[in-house]
Amino acid sequence: MALDSRVPSGPIEKKWDKRKFDMKLVNPANKRLYKVIIVGSGLAGGSAAATLAELGYNVHCFCFQDSPRRAHSIAAQGGINAAKNYQNDGDSVYRLFYDTVKGGDYRSREANVYRLSQVSVNIIDQCVAQGVPFAREYGGHLDNRSFGGAQVSRTFYARGQTGQQLLLGAYSALARQINTGGVTMHTRTEMLDLVIKDGHAKGIITRNLVTGKVERHAADCVILASGGYGNVFYLSTNAMGSNVTATYRAYKKGAAFANPCYTQIHPTCIPVTGTHQSKLTLMSESLRNDGRVWVPKEKADAEAIQQGKKKAKDIPPEARDYYLERKYPSFGNLVPRDVASRNAKMMCDEGKGVNGTGLAVYLDFADAIVRYGKAEAHKHGLDEDDKETVQRLGKEVVSAKYGNLFQMYDKITGEDPYEVPMKIFPAVHYTMGGLWVDYDLMSNVPGLFVLGEANFSDHGANRLGASALMQGLADGYFVIPYTVGDYLARIPSSERYLKGAFSEDDGEFTAAESVVNERTKKLLSIKGKKTVDTFHRELGHIMWEYCGMARNEAGLQKALEKIPALRAEFWENVNVPGDGDNLNVSLEKAGRVADFLEFGELMCKDALERRESCGGHFREESQTEEGEAKRDDEQFSHVAAWMYEGDDKAPRLEKEPLEFEYVKLTQRSYK
Amino acid sequence: MAERKMNLTLKVWRQKNKNARGDFETYAAKDISSDMSFLEMLDVVNEGLIEGGKEPIAFDHDCREGICGMCSLVINGQPHGPDDGTTTCQLHMRKFSDGDTIVIEPWRAKAFPVLKDLVTDRSAFDRIIQAGGYVSVNTGGAPDANAVPIPKAEADLAFDAATCIGCGACVAACPNAAAMLFVGAKVSQFKHLPQGQPERKSRVLNMIGRMDQEGFGNCTNHYECEASCPKEIPVRVIAELNREYTRAALTKR
Ligand SMILES: Cc1cc2nc3c(=O)[nH]c(=O)nc-3n(C[C@H](O)[C@H](O)[C@H](O)COP(=O)(O)OP(=O)(O)OC[C@H]3O[C@@H](n4cnc5c(N)ncnc54)[C@H](O)[C@@H]3O)c2cc1C
Ligand code: FES
Repeated sequence: MALDSRVPSGPIEKKWDKRKFDMKLVNPANKRLYKVIIVGSGLAGGSAAATLAELGYNVHCFCFQDSPRRAHSIAAQGGINAAKNYQNDGDSVYRLFYDTVKGGDYRSREANVYRLSQVSVNIIDQCVAQGVPFAREYGGHLDNRSFGGAQVSRTFYARGQTGQQLLLGAYSALARQINTGGVTMHTRTEMLDLVIKDGHAKGIITRNLVTGKVERHAADCVILASGGYGNVFYLSTNAMGSNVTATYRAYKKGAAFANPCYTQIHPTCIPVTGTHQSKLTLMSESLRNDGRVWVPKEKADAEAIQQGKKKAKDIPPEARDYYLERKYPSFGNLVPRDVASRNAKMMCDEGKGVNGTGLAVYLDFADAIVRYGKAEAHKHGLDEDDKETVQRLGKEVVSAKYGNLFQMYDKITGEDPYEVPMKIFPAVHYTMGGLWVDYDLMSNVPGLFVLGEANFSDHGANRLGASALMQGLADGYFVIPYTVGDYLARIPSSERYLKGAFSEDDGEFTAAESVVNERTKKLLSIKGKKTVDTFHRELGHIMWEYCGMARNEAGLQKALEKIPALRAEFWENVNVPGDGDNLNVSLEKAGRVADFLEFGELMCKDALERRESCGGHFREESQTEEGEAKRDDEQFSHVAAWMYEGDDKAPRLEKEPLEFEYVKLTQRSYK
Repeated sequence: MAERKMNLTLKVWRQKNKNARGDFETYAAKDISSDMSFLEMLDVVNEGLIEGGKEPIAFDHDCREGICGMCSLVINGQPHGPDDGTTTCQLHMRKFSDGDTIVIEPWRAKAFPVLKDLVTDRSAFDRIIQAGGYVSVNTGGAPDANAVPIPKAEADLAFDAATCIGCGACVAACPNAAAMLFVGAKVSQFKHLPQGQPERKSRVLNMIGRMDQEGFGNCTNHYECEASCPKEIPVRVIAELNREYTRAALTKR
């Protein structure tokens, strides 16, 4: 079966209009007669649920947290892109489209990215109308900052809490619909399986995390917006509950999983301190607007720092290597994430790391503080040469821009970044891979739509900063409301759920429920010797070691031996205390880790199969002389979509060829 | 800061479910690093419990970055523990000393029933927002974002209120279990924005009405809420809430 992307014909700037015009519409009065399930209440799911309910559909929305407002979108810090060109610095829909395709190292679908850039401008308008308090200039207009991989300022932000403010906007729209009865919200409820009937997605099986009750939910279509799977690495910037279960279960029911190996390692995170560590904290990319990244030029200096004999301030300017500025003069500290991460690793591999473990580089604000301090002093007619005044004023400016991030850094590390440079290191952050979707964001399983980080669609092999928030909201507010309608309008009225065409008592539902029950029973009955976290940590080690920032044939082969062995041990020796009929945190985790233990293998297979480097996927065998990712467009200009064939069979690889009509494929350069 | 190791005694509230009676249990937390977060310390204790075949202590958490508002815990009588402007997940063990005894309890408020151990049901907050904590605007057709300039000072006031993470510490800290800081934060955010004006009156009346229905208490100016708020939402939002409510109630129709 070939995957059909169903991209409309015609010039790229007309495709979305054309698609919208060709759609079948549901009569407004009839919309309430369609039931839609949405798994996820983050930016993608929350915005979709609110918008579909506004249109009149009967929406049921699910999340595992105690409130939809707590989805992990809340943690996004830096900002959201939009091609508004408010700064008059040459931005346009086309430039955002171009930057995104290039940033993704030419591994995304042009038509989808173009639409994303088109609707980006509507997102900002919508959010402002909801009362989202974006940062403003003194004149009262919206402020922008720059993010990696772009030479224009197109990032809108709300201090260091952009995700929080955008999500609270979507949450408020959702709350309004819950109040009117348009949305029924199911909190603390986890989707554990997808139900397919006559080839179409028609429902889900869930577990109530408080009562343990397993339930069947049927609907006319299912939308997954369940976020990313970065937690397969155990340590990541994701929330503790982030998981692959919803998408992986759908994969096992026939949905294609696209590019699972595309993982984004974010360059600026707080380094690991010990084995107790449960998660990694991001320091927003926006900090690279003002922070300068460096390590000592001499290894001897780095070693002295590692041993605690020297400090950053003991290294004079001429002995510092601002390596990003040196190697990439035109983008400097604002190169894309994959490039910044790989360079940090290279520096540390050369022995130039700047903390006890040798796995950190500096992110230094000293120069920015002086620069801002002088400008402020000038503005207020104060002495620009008075160090104290300059420092005080400079710190005030930096605090207004990044205050909450600096405070967070201080809390976690016990060090004050206004006084000493931050120490940072790359960490797993985002997953570009996800369920395969067509132009309408529908998977290859009819009636199963996938939004936000859970799909693979827009970021190719590397996502640019501030583009995930944009994509989540584009999908939920502006794409799915149209495309779902087209799907639903084509369902004959006699086949609709609310017409009684099918129900939760049908065989497909009871069968799926009993599989879920069996699995829970099994997990609870093993009562082995090792905790779920122990297995998760071991899996994380394997993934980071062999399928992390750099990958090679031998390592991936080794991972493909180790993961099945670990999985086998899990099913014999995991200890899940308690029982299934009440709140049981170990049981919740066990189910998620069991899926990661299968999914990790699929990631490694995909990484092995893709014998080229592109974006965040760095195969050591395929690099340029300068150590940059080297693509092989001849052989790998495609989406790798994996199809489940059975537990004891290898998955099947389907390829969607990528065609570039508008952007010319070149070796990415940020020099 | 140099790492220290410490041994602690924990007294933790354990309660099987909503209807069961709970009680304190005592646990030893050994060899805890000063670099750990408070929740990582609990993770270590839980790993020990599971290895001994016992059920781990249930507590809510997700982002562990101080922003989702999922974590809670009253630590030695203080919601989110001893550190100012900090959620429990961001509290680090360097704030504690070797030999300390730490008492850990759930939020205690009529409107937040305990579900298990340290996990409570805070859905009352969601219902208050559902009653009016939004601008009634459908998707699509919004005017250009820069069409209405908003003075930076007003936008900043709105933002300060909007940083509320909805954790419920204010309620847990208040001797009357009042939710005024939470409601005030939302009302204040919209009060300072032009988009919030059309529904200014109905919003505050509906949200306060719902708040009363949910069984939250009345504010008697103790200001414990402000002291415990991990996002340092100022009590001025309560004053604003009172003014908004009076204004709306007097000029209702
Ligand atoms: C620390 C951090 C900072 C970031 N900063 C930025 C930034 O500045 N700019 C930017 O553009 N992007 C940023 N990102 C990326 C961006 O935040 C995410 O990609 C995006 O918010 C994902 O949104 P989502 O709606 O797809 O998923 P999420 O917000 O993760 O929501 C997932 C939802 O699915 C639910 N769910 C998951 N599994 C199940 C299940 N099995 N059953 C039921 N429900 C389930 C969850 O409860 C939740 O409601 C950041 C990410 C992180 C981690
Ligand atoms: S776990 Fe999210 S705020 Fe503490």
